[in-house]
Amino acid sequence: MKLHEYQGKEIFSSYGIPVPEGRVIEKKEELASIDLKFPWVMKAQILTGGRGRAGGIGFASGIDEAEKIFYELMGRKINGCIAKKILVEEKLDIEREFYLSVTVDRDRRCPIVLFSRHGGIDIGITKSIRNDGKREGKKGDIVKIYVNPLVGIQDYQMERVDKDVADIIRKTYAIFEDKECELVEINPLAYAGGRLVAADSKIVINDNALFRHPEIPEENEELTPLEREARRSGISFVQLDGNVGVIANGAGLTMATLDALDEYGGKGMFLDLSGTDDPEKVKSAFRILKKARADVIFVNLFGSITKCDTVAYGIRNVIDEEGIDCPVVARIRGTNEENAAKILEGKVIAIRSFKEAAKMAAELGGR
Amino acid sequence: MSIFVDENTRVIVQGATGHQGRFHMGAMQEFGTKVVAGVTPGKGGESVYGIPVYNTVEESMEREPNASVIFVPAPNAKDAVMEALDAGIKTVVVITDHIPVHDAMKFVNHAIHKKVKLIGPNCPGIASPEKSKMGIIPNMVLSKGNVGVISRSGTLTYEIVNSLTERNLGQSTCIGLGGDPIIGTTFVDALEAFERDIETKAIVLVGEIGGTAEEEAAAHIRKNVTKPAYVYIAGRSAPPRKKMGHAGAIISGGKGTAELKRDAFRAAGAKVAVFPQDIAEMIKNDMAI
Repeated sequence: MKLHEYQGKEIFSSYGIPVPEGRVIEKKEELASIDLKFPWVMKAQILTGGRGRAGGIGFASGIDEAEKIFYELMGRKINGCIAKKILVEEKLDIEREFYLSVTVDRDRRCPIVLFSRHGGIDIGITKSIRNDGKREGKKGDIVKIYVNPLVGIQDYQMERVDKDVADIIRKTYAIFEDKECELVEINPLAYAGGRLVAADSKIVINDNALFRHPEIPEENEELTPLEREARRSGISFVQLDGNVGVIANGAGLTMATLDALDEYGGKGMFLDLSGTDDPEKVKSAFRILKKARADVIFVNLFGSITKCDTVAYGIRNVIDEEGIDCPVVARIRGTNEENAAKILEGKVIAIRSFKEAAKMAAELGGR
Repeated sequence: MSIFVDENTRVIVQGATGHQGRFHMGAMQEFGTKVVAGVTPGKGGESVYGIPVYNTVEESMEREPNASVIFVPAPNAKDAVMEALDAGIKTVVVITDHIPVHDAMKFVNHAIHKKVKLIGPNCPGIASPEKSKMGIIPNMVLSKGNVGVISRSGTLTYEIVNSLTERNLGQSTCIGLGGDPIIGTTFVDALEAFERDIETKAIVLVGEIGGTAEEEAAAHIRKNVTKPAYVYIAGRSAPPRKKMGHAGAIISGGKGTAELKRDAFRAAGAKVAVFPQDIAEMIKNDMAI
C-alpha cells in the first residue's frame, strides 16, 4: 500500500529525518491560518508518479496566489487522481539534490540501499536507478549497499558515503524495517540551508504485513471500490479495461486465460477465485463482474481440491437467483467434471477445450 | 532419479492439525510420501491418519525426518520455518500464501546460510511421481516419466501437467517455485538439478510477468542446459503497474514483461508456447522426430 507524501513525511519526522515545515489542508479556509513563510510549495496529495509534470505542484508567493493554486489542485483530475488534501510547505532553498531509496532486491533476495549523488525530478533517471541501480555516469555516482536482513546495515558499508548521508541512510533503513516497507524513497534528498532535508517521500508498505501495523491507516486508494469489495470476499479482482469477466482459480491460470482471450481479440477483467468450496464466493464473483459491466462471463476452472461440481452448483444458483442475463462460457476441468457438466446443462455454454472456449468468449464479447 | 525429493525423503508436516495440513497429509500419504510426523504446538500426543503429532520440530526429530512441508498460516509461518531450519531439517517447502515479504527475506537468507533447500513460499510444492510429494499438487494430474516441470504458479501448473499426463508424457519431478517476489529455490537452481538428473529428458518452464528470474533462467539455459526446454509465460496481456493476483506478478518500469521473457527464451534456443496446452503437443512432436 502506497502512503501519501504527507504520511511518509510524518514517519520521516518521527525517525529524525528533517522535512520542510509544512501543513496539510483540505479546505480553502484553512489557508488563512497557515503560519509559514512565503514562498510556499503546494503539493496535491495523490498517489501517482510524475505529479510535478502533470501539474500537481504549485508555487505561491502570497495568499491570493495560494487560493488560486488551491482551486487548481483540488478542482481537477491529475493523472486520473483527485486530491483530497494539499500539503503546503515553505519552499526550500535547494543547493543540491540527491537520491536515496531502500527497496527489496528480488534477485539477491535482500534489501538494497541506493544512494545517488544526482537526484530530482528526472523520472527516467529515477526509474532506472530504482529498478537496477545501473545508470550511465561517473564512477562513484551511485552507491549500492546490499543488506543482510538478518543483521542489518554494518558500519563498514557506510564508509562509502559522508557522515550526514550515512545518518539519513540508517534512519531510512530503520523505517524500511520497522514499517515492513517494499520501498522507502527520498527523491530528492535536498541539501538546503546547510543540512539534508527530505523534500519528497514515497513509502510502499507490504500489504501482507499490514495486519501487524495498526498505526498505518488502511485506505488503499490504489484499489477501485469493486476491487476493494472483492478483497473483502477473499477474491482477487483486477478491474481491467475489458468486457469479458474472467473467473478462474489461481493467478497464473487467470492470467493465462486473459492472454488466450487476447489472442482471439477479446479483452477481459481478472478475477481469481483462488481455492474455494464455498458457493457464496462464486456468487460474489458473479455479482462483482456484473457490477463491473461484463458483457460475457468466462469461467475457466481447473478443479482439484476445489471440486468442479461444488463450483457448478454455485454457478447454477447464482444464474437462477440473480437472473444473470449475459452469456456464460464455462470450461470446467478436473475433479468431478462430468458431474459439473450435468449440473450446468442448459445454463451455460460449456466447452472443454481451452482455446475453443477462449475463442467463443472473445467472439461473444466482440458483439 | 528425480530432483530434490525421492523415496529417501522423510517428511514432517508443520501445521498438521489445521484444515489444509490434515487434508494434504492424507493426500501425500496416498501418493506414497513417507510422512513420519506432524508438528503443531500444543497438539503434541495427538495423531493424524495414524501419524504422531509433536509440539516442536525438535521433538519430532526422533522420527528422523529430513524434510518439512509448512502449512502454518502467514502470521506464524516465519517462526515455523526458522524452527525447521534450526532443528537441522535439510529440505523445507513453504506452501503458505500471504507471508510478509520481510519475513520471507529473513527465512530465505537463514536457509541460504544453513545450506538448506527451501522451496516457496506461496507455492504448490514439489512431487516426484511414484516416489514422494511435498505439498498440494493434485495426485491425479501426476504420472511418472521424463519431463521435468518448473513453475511459478499453482493451478496453471496442474493444467499443464495434466495435459502432459493425458498425452502419456510423465514427469520426473514437478516443482512449483511460488508466486511471491522473494522465493528460496529459483529457476536456475531447478534447471541445474534437472540438467544433472539422468531421468529428465525435457524441461518445461512456466513463468509469468514480474521480476527477471525468467531472463536469468534463459541466460542459464543458453550457457549450461543441453536438454530441450519448453516455455510458457503468463501475463502477456497484463497492463503495467497492476499486481495480477500474485504478489510478484507486476510489470514495473518497463521490466518484467512477458514479451521480454519470451524473447530471452527464444534467443536461448527454448521453444515458447502461445497457449499452455500447446507444450504437451510440442514435446510430443519433437519426440516423434
